[in-house]
Amino acid sequence: MHVTLNVWRQSSNKVDGHFETYEVADINEDMSFLELFDVLNERLLDKEQDPVAFDSDCREGICGMCSMMINGQAHGPETGTATCQLHMRKFNDGDVITVEPFRATSFPIIKDLAVDRSAFDRIVESGGFVDAPTGTAGDANLTLIPKAVADKAMDAAQCIGCGACVAACPNGAANLFTSAKLMHMNLLPQGQPQRFDRAINMVETMDAYFGSCTNHGECQAACPKEISIDFIALMNKDYAKAQLKNRATASQK
Amino acid sequence: MSTTAKTNEIPDRKLKPVQINNKSVKKYPWPIAFYRTSVGKKYAMAISGIVLLGFVLSHMVGNLKMYLGAQTFDHYAEFLREMGEPLFPRTVLLWGVRLVLIGAFIIHFHCAYALTMQNRRARKPADGYQSPRDYIAASFASRTMRWGGIIILLFLIWHLADLTWGWANPDFVRGEAYANVTASLQRIPVTILYIAANIALGFHIAHGAWSIFQSLGINNPKYNAARRIFARGFAAVIVLGNISFPIAIQLGIVG
Amino acid sequence: MSKVSSPDLDAKIPQGSMAEKWDNHKFASKLVNPANKRKFEIIVVGTGLAGASAGATLAELGYKVKAYCFQDSPRRAHSIAAQGGINAAKNYKNDGDSVKRLFYDTVKGGDFRSREANVHRLAQESNNVIDQCVAQGVPFAREYGGLLDNRSFGGAQVSRTFYARGQTGQQLLLGAYQALAHQVALGNVEMFPRTEMLDIVTKDNRAVGIVTRDLVTGDIQSHSAHAVVLATGGYANAFYLSTNAMGSNVTATWRAHKKGAYMANPCYTQIHPTCIPASDDFQSKLTLMSESLRNDGRIWVPISKDETRAAADIPEDERDYYLERKYPAFGNLVPRDIASRNAKTVVDEGRGVGPLKNGVYLDFSDAINRLGQSVIEERYGNLFEMYERITGENPYEVPMRIYPALHYTMGGTWVDYNLMSTVDGLFVLGEANFSDHGANRLGASALMQGLADGYFVLPNTIGNYLAPLLGEKIVPTDAPEFVEAENAIHDQIDKLISIGGTRSPDDFHRELGKILWDNCGMERSKESLEKALEEIPKLRDEFYKDLRILGSDDEFNQTLEKAGRVADFLEFGELMVRDALHREESCGGHFRVESQTPEGEALRDDENFAYVAAWEYTGDLTKPKLHKEYLEFEEVHLAQRSYK
Repeated sequence: MHVTLNVWRQSSNKVDGHFETYEVADINEDMSFLELFDVLNERLLDKEQDPVAFDSDCREGICGMCSMMINGQAHGPETGTATCQLHMRKFNDGDVITVEPFRATSFPIIKDLAVDRSAFDRIVESGGFVDAPTGTAGDANLTLIPKAVADKAMDAAQCIGCGACVAACPNGAANLFTSAKLMHMNLLPQGQPQRFDRAINMVETMDAYFGSCTNHGECQAACPKEISIDFIALMNKDYAKAQLKNRATASQK
Repeated sequence: MSTTAKTNEIPDRKLKPVQINNKSVKKYPWPIAFYRTSVGKKYAMAISGIVLLGFVLSHMVGNLKMYLGAQTFDHYAEFLREMGEPLFPRTVLLWGVRLVLIGAFIIHFHCAYALTMQNRRARKPADGYQSPRDYIAASFASRTMRWGGIIILLFLIWHLADLTWGWANPDFVRGEAYANVTASLQRIPVTILYIAANIALGFHIAHGAWSIFQSLGINNPKYNAARRIFARGFAAVIVLGNISFPIAIQLGIVG
Repeated sequence: MSKVSSPDLDAKIPQGSMAEKWDNHKFASKLVNPANKRKFEIIVVGTGLAGASAGATLAELGYKVKAYCFQDSPRRAHSIAAQGGINAAKNYKNDGDSVKRLFYDTVKGGDFRSREANVHRLAQESNNVIDQCVAQGVPFAREYGGLLDNRSFGGAQVSRTFYARGQTGQQLLLGAYQALAHQVALGNVEMFPRTEMLDIVTKDNRAVGIVTRDLVTGDIQSHSAHAVVLATGGYANAFYLSTNAMGSNVTATWRAHKKGAYMANPCYTQIHPTCIPASDDFQSKLTLMSESLRNDGRIWVPISKDETRAAADIPEDERDYYLERKYPAFGNLVPRDIASRNAKTVVDEGRGVGPLKNGVYLDFSDAINRLGQSVIEERYGNLFEMYERITGENPYEVPMRIYPALHYTMGGTWVDYNLMSTVDGLFVLGEANFSDHGANRLGASALMQGLADGYFVLPNTIGNYLAPLLGEKIVPTDAPEFVEAENAIHDQIDKLISIGGTRSPDDFHRELGKILWDNCGMERSKESLEKALEEIPKLRDEFYKDLRILGSDDEFNQTLEKAGRVADFLEFGELMVRDALHREESCGGHFRVESQTPEGEALRDDENFAYVAAWEYTGDLTKPKLHKEYLEFEEVHLAQRSYK
């Protein structure tokens, strides 16, 4: 296969970036999209040109490190798939492919296609946890959790924190990421004591870095784990409840 | 396609975490604290949207009386002014409703403005994607909410000038609602404006009415599928009802 | 006991019966007063299951923690990719499980090369780990009654494995990461993402800090503390192709080794039988598929090595179901190492399948005919989907192709019962240490060990080291020890950049991986290992002559990062081969050709090799010094495995 890549090059956040065009010939259709970049980088190095910086780690779709905007779509054209599991057989010989970093004001570019997503860590730090210091736990089976609840919490919890939702959102909103983490906790019995503080803290932190949700649904379509925007609705409800509810009656229906 | 982008300031990587339950952060009373977040603004937007949806629906239903003749229609217009009597003096309840509507418009507009500004900051225009975006899920309706809203706002001002204040209607006679409507809509450009504005309103409602459920967190697998149908159906009813008036007048069915 | 361990290797195994040792030890351990804990600073390198859980727990206790990871967030550590599950001796299924049985199975599964006392402690703590994770909100799979679900995993005879779909590692890591994030928010942990540890700093054989490189700016910085904890994972990437993440490396433990931490049993590596074979030379990593596939799939290759027909066109009598033929009792369900070794044998015979002839078939057509496609879909649907995503082939119609791949490393830094290495104040947790899995790890045990070490073991044992240090200040980072270490790092980076050769770090890495895979993989002989010992130093020389790195050291430079890691693999690989050469027995995950039964099965040599081989760095890579910790088996009696 032969493809033409338009790749965003920006040597640091202190200088302007631009597109660079590379012809990549003799590639195998079983390669992953990141292996295409490995090949490109080997060839650039051979020509004494600076390789393209990009993030990747596990390369099996779970760590959330890879982050490429491919032809205007976060993680490329394949649904439910991170860039690392996108294979060249999904493209045609001769395709021109444009690759950009995940863009948002709170995802500043480090270099080329690598961006800094630590704003996500700040959101988790503000409330995405259950306060259960080691050693305090009772027996694991003391709390019964209906299967439907556990399954739904797992649907939310499988977020890999890649940032595709922000990258895909025309508003640069992180509502899908935030709601997935929030609702993972807030659906489970373990999350109830801190449910309302969690909702307020996480939403406020999210707002400090990101845009707002206008219900386009692009995030859900880009999400490699296909997390539903239903969680955004549930977050909105929990947030309103958190603002309205008398905390002293929090354990009552 | 080579373009350049402005650099953006990198937030400090060792950024201090947000202090949770930090007493030094100013605490606002709850309605303000609520409204200050994007989620709260979406709530306000949804609730003002419900008010406005109620208005466009009753406005359309009220106007259907046009088909029953001038007398019925003018009688209905008079009823609006007398509404609430004798508990309220004449036009007081109408003004109450108007104030609620004005309030809803202001809130709806302010939320839209504030959220748009927040979104721009979150994705500075200069740092937007340099290559064309390929939208997968976002509908035409969802992507045109802001433009649709502005079109509706401008139309609304014109509409008031035309049929409430009469500035834009040379044949305007205060109190003669039926005559004013038919006179105005007999003008071809006005008919076109009407239809265009109502189509914009239709798209706005098609996304907005569905968005209300999402923003208020009304979400349950049992009826989630019906939300979209409701929104589109609602939009269709409003648009069909509203554009039937200029068409009927143009065709001579009314007037 | 006739054999005496090296005096350098005092394992500090507590007194008492096996079941009492851990309790006795906790009671005898020194405590740090809660008010004094904040006076101690602890560095934690690596934020996987072991590192994140240790960092969070130490901070909860009141210690001041600094945590480091090379990824952009602690949540991305490779623990996240573990699929199957986590074991615990809860006996919720009432099927005869107990701490003793989990302990017994782990020692036996490790082929009698692990330290009994550590394993018993692991089995004891396994239950607390599950309790802790559930309290954190880890969404484990549940039964309809709302209770936790368990399954049998990796051939275990009891159902003791807890799981969260196929993403158990992810959920457990996120639990630990969130606990860590909470401590970051409270100011008890200072987090340094995109920061790689490049050296450990010692003073009087005590770990006093580390030197790091900020991967974004290239700054070399020193960090000082009272104790250093390494939780930096395994070294499977020495083989280039493995199921590990691209960034997984041996740098932290190797550089600690050069500062005096002994490296134990580096040749113990685990090879997973059901991975997707490489599709070309540019393959960057291998993807593992759950071993449960072997429950219903039949493994075969063509009898003839000249076979060119598609799988479906090859008649039954020209297929070789080699596992069923050689091991009629266990068939396709033989243990990992046996399945892996036999796959390599048939591929080496030229009977491999696929375009590169580098795999064997895992065929579900019998199972589909017998049970129907819907049953297979229900059992393995997501795995089939994953396979199709990666290979573009539909496994319902065409047999899967599988091949073994490096997956986990049992060897690692030698630690005593307190998890402290031979450098005082340097603690090593999780996959990075050697202690719990012997020569072979059982399925669903890695997550258990990482979390047990981090949540429950280290927080209880670190006091023994810290308590006597009360009142001592940390060594300032401008002390000569730190300056010297920083200078050495600068020199090394300058040296790498200034080579100005023609080959990329990946190119060398690939070549090293091939040498190790061919000569020090699941099957090794004196001859193959000696060959590797000739080739590795040559490759290393070549590396220092012909490496090409572009750009500078004061920027985000991924080639430089890789080069540093490959440089360490090139040194570490040699030690791995030396260890394999000295261990003239077949054991656990590896098969030494010279040591086999008349039937061709692995033959362990307890007489001569029932010890931990801990290697000391002498300054000369060709002459590491061997220390032996003899293993005693009080509870589980030595026995040979047999799967015939």
